[in-house]
Amino acid sequence: MSESNVTVRATASEDATGDETLDSVPLLEVHRLTVVYDTPTGPVIAVDNIDLTVNRGEFVGVVGESGCGKSTMLFGIAQLLSPPARISAGEVLFRGRNLVTMNDKQLAPVRWQNLSVVMQSAMNALNPVQRIGAQYADTMKAHGASNKAEIRTRSEEVLGMVGIDKIHLDSYPHQLSGGMRQRAMIAMALLFTPELIIMDEPTSALDVVAQRSLMLQIKELQHQLGFAVLFVTHDMSLVSHFSDRLLVMYAGQAAEFGETRTVFDTPAHPYSKGLLEAFPSLRGPKVPLVGIPGSPPALSAMPPGCRYEPRCPLAYADCKTVKPELYEVNGVLARCLLYSPHNRPKTSTEPDDTTPTEGKP
Amino acid sequence: MTLSTANVLEPSVAKGRRNGAGMAIWRAIRSSGKALTGAILLFIFLIAAIFPQLFTSVKDPNDRAYGLSLPPSGEHLLGTTSFGQDIWAQLVWGTRETLIIAVAVGVLASVLSVLIGVTAAYLGGIGDGVLSLLIDVFLVIPAFPLIIVIAAYANGGNLAVIILVLVVTGWSYGARQLRAQALSLRRRDFLESARVRGERRSYIVIFEMLPSMVSLIAANFLGAALYAVLTAAGLQFIGLGSPSSVSWGTMLHWAQTAEALQTGQALWIIAPGLCIALLGAGFALMNYAFDEISNPALRRVRRNRRNNVGK
Amino acid sequence: MRYVLRRLGMFVITLWVALTINFFIPRLMPGNPAEAMMARFRGRVNPDALHALEVAFGINTQKPLLVQYVDYLGNTFTGHFGTSLTFFPQSVGTVIVTALPWTLGLVGLTTIIAFVFGTLIGLVAGWRRGGALDSVLPPVFVVASALPFFWVGLLLILLFSVTLGVLPNDGSYDVTLTPGLNADFIGSVLSHAILPAVTILVISIGGWILTMRNNVVTVLADDYIRMARAKGLSNTTIMYRYAARNAILPNLAGFAMSIGFVVSGAILVEYTFNYPGVGYMLLQAVNNEDYPLMQGMFVIITVTVLVAILISDFLTVLLDPRAGAEG
Repeated sequence: MSESNVTVRATASEDATGDETLDSVPLLEVHRLTVVYDTPTGPVIAVDNIDLTVNRGEFVGVVGESGCGKSTMLFGIAQLLSPPARISAGEVLFRGRNLVTMNDKQLAPVRWQNLSVVMQSAMNALNPVQRIGAQYADTMKAHGASNKAEIRTRSEEVLGMVGIDKIHLDSYPHQLSGGMRQRAMIAMALLFTPELIIMDEPTSALDVVAQRSLMLQIKELQHQLGFAVLFVTHDMSLVSHFSDRLLVMYAGQAAEFGETRTVFDTPAHPYSKGLLEAFPSLRGPKVPLVGIPGSPPALSAMPPGCRYEPRCPLAYADCKTVKPELYEVNGVLARCLLYSPHNRPKTSTEPDDTTPTEGKP
Repeated sequence: MTLSTANVLEPSVAKGRRNGAGMAIWRAIRSSGKALTGAILLFIFLIAAIFPQLFTSVKDPNDRAYGLSLPPSGEHLLGTTSFGQDIWAQLVWGTRETLIIAVAVGVLASVLSVLIGVTAAYLGGIGDGVLSLLIDVFLVIPAFPLIIVIAAYANGGNLAVIILVLVVTGWSYGARQLRAQALSLRRRDFLESARVRGERRSYIVIFEMLPSMVSLIAANFLGAALYAVLTAAGLQFIGLGSPSSVSWGTMLHWAQTAEALQTGQALWIIAPGLCIALLGAGFALMNYAFDEISNPALRRVRRNRRNNVGK
Repeated sequence: MRYVLRRLGMFVITLWVALTINFFIPRLMPGNPAEAMMARFRGRVNPDALHALEVAFGINTQKPLLVQYVDYLGNTFTGHFGTSLTFFPQSVGTVIVTALPWTLGLVGLTTIIAFVFGTLIGLVAGWRRGGALDSVLPPVFVVASALPFFWVGLLLILLFSVTLGVLPNDGSYDVTLTPGLNADFIGSVLSHAILPAVTILVISIGGWILTMRNNVVTVLADDYIRMARAKGLSNTTIMYRYAARNAILPNLAGFAMSIGFVVSGAILVEYTFNYPGVGYMLLQAVNNEDYPLMQGMFVIITVTVLVAILISDFLTVLLDPRAGAEG
């Protein structure tokens, strides 16, 4: 049952702006976060006991299949859930304060000034009947700005950061192209130079070229302004290039969490392995692509043991009945019985905590 | 009675609903208070229409067989009219004509709506343009004045005329809604796969598109029926219905000409009006419930206190 | 701009169709009712008016149908509807001019009030989803909007005029008073308008409340609402600037379709209360087989409806930046 609070420091992270002494305290700490949906037949767990940390200036990616709960978790962290979804357990410590217990009034100053959000589709996320400039202005006014000139200047500034002509402050969302809209949304998120920006698949609606250019722009802005990013996507290859640490989610739980490089080079959890094996390498040798057969379990019908067991090529008897915890393996955390110090697969050499070897089923 | 939670969270697959549509509708009716009330009301009226003998012993409601303007009593539940007719009997027998109009118009208008709406959506291009124009024009032309004018020229309507004008003025609303839904369905994948499989157009329309639109069609039927009940009653009230027929609207007409309110025969006015209101309410409640079925965002948010997982 | 032109085009086309229907109905009815009516006119009307009637109804004329049609359209656009039988020797045009203001006042004002209040109530109800307002309203108003107009009117008469005797139920003002801008007259007009107005209001407000509530609920599920919350905007701001402004758009569009409902209600209410508006005149015409008046009333009702729809279309363009943009 070794669930360690491993705060693996991102090695390649940029210099963080702000108080140096706070560097050792993570910007965002999520403990045991659980989100349920209230249905007529009772609550259904969508996000199950997630632990997560984001340090200043870090880029943390979250990957998983559709329906694994990653977006729900994101909104849970940002306190943006709406009925029938609600946080039923856990805490979200942002700069040391627990957001879950704060009411709307207490949350208001934090919103956008310290923590902003970028959503998947700007067409849906921007108010269709308001001009871009007005949408920037109303959040500034909500946080106390009243000088029109200052508001205008700042709006033009953020547009400039993402490379959009300031003339578009007077445009309506539907008048901009898809890529421009996404960037306008990102610019909006930068209005107060927050410390953390939460992004929910902001590139999914774009073509490959626009995707890459947008990601580069985000990284560039991160360099300049020093904010941290929590980035949700289903695109493994995208997140591998740009993130410092990676959380792999499956069926509402954390499957693997650790430095991106490590997870990519030596994936510990069979699910991560499966995901990576499904992507061809551009330059490497040709290997047969293996998908992951089957589909994730329904939220109302979770397997009693390991949730990945039905689809796992390395599963053995215990996997059906024992719920795996997060075990430390090679510097990452993986939720797989293979790495548990207590349970041993029947036919394999004993794996120890630092050198995971695959057991032969 | 249970909505599977998988349905709540996974995107609905329209194809899978083909077989589930009927069951889903039945389940939804049972679980919604509104729909249940509406269904019960409609059911009662249906029984009264088919078996009036169950409710009254009077055979001919127009028969002026009784004392004039009698107050309610054991013999005459609601009293009698100025002409000596049993009000309760008239009420019961009047159900039949009212329901016939409602159902006939509902069915015919729905059929017409589906035909024109779906065809417009499927044709696209100029065909769609022409049909859409037709729909819009009929939608906008004031129906009631038109009906009045037609009925006036026909010297008072008999049942057929009334039904005809109601259908002609009532199909356009449904056609527009169905066209909109058919258009949005057209782009969905399961239709594309049918096309690619090489299925004939008519097959696609009947077996793939229509089942997904069942709840909308049902809602339209109810809406048209409601429209028919109210408008027919209005027509009869102003004297353009068939004067010898037995229906609630006509009762009101005679009551009004006999100045029932002023002569203290309020029941003569209240009763038929109440029936119209109840029948209309029945259709309206079911209609609203069907709206909720087709649009999940509208479903009641139930505060499930007993299942509160505490923090 | 193209949108505006399209709406104007619809206006013209629909008007044309309505006029054409108006033209053909008497000619298509078996038994030619117009002929019977003409008999009552002869000898009482001057030859010009008689001729106009003949043209309007296609009687006694050797002209081909098309020429009659064109004549009819011409007459309509110049306001020559003929002479009214009921209000002989007044022309139909005169009757229209005296009746229209009553209808516009009663029905127009009531509809606007119903729309504004209905939308506001619907906004609050939809916003507080699951609250007290939201649970009570829908069933109440679903039932209310299914009530027959004339029945509600009669009930109100029963209660306030017959039983309590506080409000009048006949006409638009006390006929013993002389019309003018004096307190008595205005007071009389208002008191006579209360019951009819309340009748219309009670029934039609439900529709607005319900559709606005449904719109708001649908809009609240949209991402930009969540985004507004994320930005830390106050609930009031979100409710009005984000939710309401988007939710009201389908309501405006629905305005066009609901007008038919309002018109039919207005006619019945005017009949019930003997309120001398356009609807009342239409029914008078029907009862007296006064076909010229009937046709004139039909045209004016149609035109009024189409104008109202055009206004709501323009409002939509003003409020929805996407409407003007689509080609």
